[in-house]
Amino acid sequence: MALLELDNVRRSFGGLVAVDGVSFSVRPGQIKAIIGPNGAGKTTLFNLISGVLKPDSGRIWFKSGRIGGRRPYQIANAGLSRTFQTPSLFLRMSVLQNVMVGRHRLSAWEFAGCGLRLPAQSREERAIRQAALSRLEFVGLARLADVPAGALAFGQRRLVELARALATEPELLLLDEPASGLNSKEREDLAALISRTREQGVTILLIEHDMSLVMDISEDILVLDHGLAIAEGPPTVVQNDPKVIAVYLGTG
Amino acid sequence: MDHGSLALQYLLSGITKGSIYAVVAIGFNLIFNATGVLNFAQGEFVMLGGMLAVTLTHFVSLPVAVTGAVLAVTLVGCALELLFFRPLRRHSVLLMIVITIGLSIVIQEAALHLWDEKVRSLPYFTGNEVSSVKMLGAAISPQVLWVLGTVALAVVGLHVFLKFTLQGRAMRACSSNPEAAMLAGINTANMRTLSFGLSAGLGALAGCVISPITMTHYEMGAPLAIKGFAAAILGGLGNPMGAVVGGLLVGVLEAVAVSRLPAGYNDVAAFAVLLLVLFVRPHGLFGSLAAEQAREC
Amino acid sequence: MATLRHLLGGAATTGGQAQFLGRPWGAAALRVLAFVAVMAAVQLAFCAAGKAYCLTQLTMAIYYAVAVIGVALVMGCAGQVSLGHGAFFAVGGYTSALLTTCDLSAFQQAAWAAWLQSCRVLVVRPDLYGGQVMSVSPWAAFVAAMLLTLVVACVIGYPSLRLRGHYLAMATLGFGLIVHKIILGSALLGAADGITGVPAWRLGAGLALTGKAPDRVANYYLACGLVLLLLVVLGNLVRSRVGRALQAIHDRELAAAVMGVNTAVYKLKAFVFSALLAAMAGVFLTHYSGGIGPSEAGVLKSVRYVALAAAGGMANFWGVAAVSIVINYFSLRGWFGSYDQAVFGALLILIISLTPEGPLQPLGAWLRSLASRWFAKREAAHGPA
Repeated sequence: MALLELDNVRRSFGGLVAVDGVSFSVRPGQIKAIIGPNGAGKTTLFNLISGVLKPDSGRIWFKSGRIGGRRPYQIANAGLSRTFQTPSLFLRMSVLQNVMVGRHRLSAWEFAGCGLRLPAQSREERAIRQAALSRLEFVGLARLADVPAGALAFGQRRLVELARALATEPELLLLDEPASGLNSKEREDLAALISRTREQGVTILLIEHDMSLVMDISEDILVLDHGLAIAEGPPTVVQNDPKVIAVYLGTG
Repeated sequence: MDHGSLALQYLLSGITKGSIYAVVAIGFNLIFNATGVLNFAQGEFVMLGGMLAVTLTHFVSLPVAVTGAVLAVTLVGCALELLFFRPLRRHSVLLMIVITIGLSIVIQEAALHLWDEKVRSLPYFTGNEVSSVKMLGAAISPQVLWVLGTVALAVVGLHVFLKFTLQGRAMRACSSNPEAAMLAGINTANMRTLSFGLSAGLGALAGCVISPITMTHYEMGAPLAIKGFAAAILGGLGNPMGAVVGGLLVGVLEAVAVSRLPAGYNDVAAFAVLLLVLFVRPHGLFGSLAAEQAREC
Repeated sequence: MATLRHLLGGAATTGGQAQFLGRPWGAAALRVLAFVAVMAAVQLAFCAAGKAYCLTQLTMAIYYAVAVIGVALVMGCAGQVSLGHGAFFAVGGYTSALLTTCDLSAFQQAAWAAWLQSCRVLVVRPDLYGGQVMSVSPWAAFVAAMLLTLVVACVIGYPSLRLRGHYLAMATLGFGLIVHKIILGSALLGAADGITGVPAWRLGAGLALTGKAPDRVANYYLACGLVLLLLVVLGNLVRSRVGRALQAIHDRELAAAVMGVNTAVYKLKAFVFSALLAAMAGVFLTHYSGGIGPSEAGVLKSVRYVALAAAGGMANFWGVAAVSIVINYFSLRGWFGSYDQAVFGALLILIISLTPEGPLQPLGAWLRSLASRWFAKREAAHGPA
C-alpha cells in the first residue's frame, strides 16, 4: 500500500509544461530520491504534492486520500511536511519559536483559550515548548534555541527548517535539495540525520543534485527530465540506465 | 428637455469625469508597474496641478500657467520618489503603502495651509460657462472637448512613448522583469523616478483641464484616488488600456447613480464598484497576470 | 533602571524574568504594575492641580487607544493595513447610540415589549424633557453592536483577505467611505449632526459609564481597566500558539500554510477581532461622550489609527497604547491647532522612515543606539538593580 501515489499529474505555466504526466509512488518507510537536471520540474512536483500549486490534471493520493488541489494546510494536517529549496524560516522569530510553529496542527487552543491563558492551555504550551526543544536537539541545534532565526548561517537554517518540519510529526517528509550549500562534513551529518529520521518512522522523499548522497541513502530513485519521468528504480539500476546517462552526459 | 437628450447629457458628463478617472488610473498603473506600490497620493497630483495653475494664472497667461503647473508637479512626483522610495532598503509593500497614505494627508494639509479651503477654478480654456457646441443633438461645453481631447492625446502619447521610444521600452522592461532589466544596463532606479514623474505630470494635466468643470479644492484628491483605483482595478491592475476602459465605465456608472440616487450617494456608486470588483473579479476585465498575483494559493 | 529598560525594550518574547526589589517577577506583571502606577500618578497630579477636567480628554484618548490596538493587531500580527477601522468604530458607536436613544414608547403596551422589559433588554428611562421613554438597554445595545460588527467584518474581511497586501487596504478604504456616506445621508442616523443624548450606561456596583463631572475619576479608572485587560489578553495571545501562527503568517505566509496553519481563517479572525475592538471603543466612547458624529467613520480617523499603530511599533501593544494615549490626548486638547491632521500624516511618514527598513534608517539606528547607550550608562552608574 503506497503512502503517496501520483497518477499522470500534469502542470503547465502558460505555454511551458513543467510536469508532463508524471506517475510514481512512495512506499511507507522508504527513502526515495527525485533527481534530474535543472528545470526538470522537480520543485514543481513538490509544490503540487504539498498543495502550493494545483495540478492541471491527474491525481495525487496520500494515505488513500485525494490531496490534489487541496490547500496546503489541509495537506499538512494529513501528515505531510516539507522543506524549501531556500530555507523558509520566520526570520523575526527565534529558532525555538520557529520550531514551535511546527506543532501547530497538534494543538487546538484558539483565540479565546489562548487570550485567557486557561490552565490547560498553559500546560499545552509547555508541552509544545518541550517537543520543539527535543526536535532541535535531534538536529543538534538546541543551544541556538533563543537566537533570532535571521541571525543563523545558511546550513543552520537548513537544519532548523528540518526540525520545524519534523515537529509536525509527519508521516511523509519532502526535502527540497537539503544538501545544497553544505560542505562535505555537513553533508555527512545530513545523511546520518536523514537515516535517523527514517528510523523514527518517517518516510522521506527528497530532491537532490548530490549524486553521492543520493546513491548512499536512497533505496529508490525517480529521474525526471523536462517534466517527464524517464527512469525509476533502485540506485544501481538507475545508474546504468542509458536514458539517464544520456540526460546527464548528453547523447553521442 | 426630453429623456433622450437628458440621458445623453448624463452620459457625456460621465464620460468627461470618467476620462479623468482614467488618467488617475493610468498614473496608478505606471507607478504600480514600475515599483509594485499603490500610490495613495495619486489624487493629490491632480489637485496640485489645478491649484498651482490657478495661482500661476495671476502672473502669466493660461497656457504658460498650465505648462508651469504640470512641470512643477512632475518635479514634485520625482522628488517624492527620490526622498521616500529610492532609499527603501527592503521593498516592503506594507511600508510603502503606509508612506503613500501619510504623503497624501501631508500634501492635502499643506495645500490647505498654502492656499485655503476655498474652491477655485481655472478659466475656461475657450469660451465660458455658457458657451456650448452642438454635437450629436446635445449641447456640449467646449471645455468637455478640451478634457476629452487632452486625455486622448495623453493616452496616445503615452502609448507611443512606451512602445516606440527607448526610455518607454526600458520602463516596460523594468516592470516585467526588474533583474533582467538591470542586467541589460537599464537604470531601474531612474525608471522608477520617471514613472513617478510621469504619473504626477499626467495627473496635473488632468487637474488643469477639468478645473473649470468640477472646480479645484484641497480635498478633491482622496475621492479621485479611490475612483481612479476603482477604474484601474476594473480594467485590470497594471493594464494601461484597461485603465482607460475602466475609467470611462466608472464615470458612466457614477453618472447613472447621480441620475437615480439621492444626492450625497453619488460617490457610493464608485466605491461600491471598487468593492464589487475586488470581491468578485480582482483581476478586473482585462488583467490575467494580476490575477495570479492577487489571489493566494 | 534595569526594569525600566526591560519594560521599554518591547514585548518579552519568551516571558523572561526581570528582577525587581530582589525578587523575580514576570515581565508582563511588571508592565501591568508600571502602567497602573503611572495612570494613578497622572490622575492624582491632575486633580491636585485643579485640572480634573483634563481627565475627560485623557479618558477619551484611552478609549481611542483600544481601537488603535486593534489596528496594530491587524498590522503587526497579520501584516495587513486596514483603512476602515473608523467605520467599525462608527458601526459600534452608532448602533449603541441609535438603540439607546430610540423611542419605543409606542409599543409599551405590547406583550413582547413587556417580556423584553422583564429581560432587561428594554428599559424605561427619563428623557430630556422629564418624561419617560422606552429604549433598548445599554447592555443589549452593546451586544447588538458587537454582533452587527461581527457580521460586517466577516462580510468585508472574507473576500478581502484572500487578496494580497494592498488590496485589503483599498477594500477597507472603500468600505469606510461607503459607511461614512451612508451615515451622512441618513436622517435616522442624524446625518451631519450625529446622534446626541446617549444615556449613561449603568454597569452595576454604582458605576456608570458617563462623562459627567462627578463620575470623571471613576470613569477614568474604568477606561484604564479596560485597556489593561485588553493588553493582558493580547500579551497572552502573542505568547501562545495563535500569536505564533499570526506572526508566522506575517513573516512568511507560504511557510506558515505548509506547516498546517489555516492562513485564511487566522487572518480573518485577526481582522474580525480588531474590528470588534474598534466597535467596542465606539460603544464605550459614545456612552462616555453622550453622543457620536459622522466624522468618526471618516477616512481621516482611520488613517490616524494607522499612524498611531505604526508609531507605537505595531506588534508592541504596550508601546502602541502608550503612544496612542499621549498623542491623542494632545490632539484632543487642541495642542496641534489647525495642523492636527498634518501631524498624523507626518507622524506616519516619519515613523516608517525611521524603521530599519525605512529611508531614514541610518537616523533611526543612530537614535536607537543613543537610547541604548543612555540606558547602559544609567545602569553602570547605579549598578545592577
